[in-house]
Amino acid sequence: MSDEPGLTPADILQAIPYARFLGVRAEFAGDEVTLVLPYSEHLIGNPTVPAIHGGVLGALMEMTAIAQLSMAQSADGKGGARRPRPIDITVEYLRSARPVDTFARAQLRRVGRRIANVSVEAWQDARAAPVATLHGHFKVFSESE
Amino acid sequence: MVRPIDMISRSGDAGLHISPQAKALKLELVSVSPSEAIIKLPYRLELVGEPDSGILAGGAVTTLLDHVCGQAVWAALDEFMSIVTLDLRIDYTRPAKPGLDLFAHAHCYKLTRSVAFVRAAAYETDRSDPVSTAQAAFMLTRLQIQPTPDQIRAAVSR
Repeated sequence: MSDEPGLTPADILQAIPYARFLGVRAEFAGDEVTLVLPYSEHLIGNPTVPAIHGGVLGALMEMTAIAQLSMAQSADGKGGARRPRPIDITVEYLRSARPVDTFARAQLRRVGRRIANVSVEAWQDARAAPVATLHGHFKVFSESE
Repeated sequence: MVRPIDMISRSGDAGLHISPQAKALKLELVSVSPSEAIIKLPYRLELVGEPDSGILAGGAVTTLLDHVCGQAVWAALDEFMSIVTLDLRIDYTRPAKPGLDLFAHAHCYKLTRSVAFVRAAAYETDRSDPVSTAQAAFMLTRLQIQPTPDQIRAAVSR
């Protein structure tokens, strides 16, 4: 279950088959990770609008939360034990996600020993006009577990 | 008048083939009845979220649940309306069992003039032992013009 030591969050993301299925990639700025979901036709949920599938937006933001949490844990020197897992999430849809690239960034509101509280925003043209947000709790694993 | 549920039953796949993402996930309609729908997500290595364990990615389950909730709303409507997801809450009650197909059942338990409320659960074999459960709300908007049967057929056969 443990990720190999020395793997970067980008490597870990690349090793997830579902991340490759969506075509997600990670960009790093210091200790912050932005996930990028380049537009692709297979992401469309409703072709008549057309709009990216709401589930895909949820999935993107969930992966962003996990990537940011993994990164924070490795920075603390207690990462890599096990990948964080979602406990519950709430996704709110603010705008229709058009057929263009989508970005997502997470904010770790509280990271405890066992549970982390995370907020994520996904946007397209303007960060100030998010298309969807996610709030959720994630189970985190420390080395001692 | 043709109701949305008739379109689902006639197309045999809940219009799944007109949604590219549903097609990419190879979602299959299992059954549909007024206000309810069941959809299957076939297990595939491509959709795994934890390479070592073979567990399906939470995100794939999210899309399955979002989709089945939308279909249940569709199956509850008396006329064609625009359906937009307001929010979707998911509880991941346990990891999915590696190698098994997932099913999702959704029930649109309340419909007002402008909002639909839906509950759903994803499971391998037993609906009472869910992998995850969901609660969603959708905004409904009346269409100015109802689609003609020809337009519906065209949309379904696309």
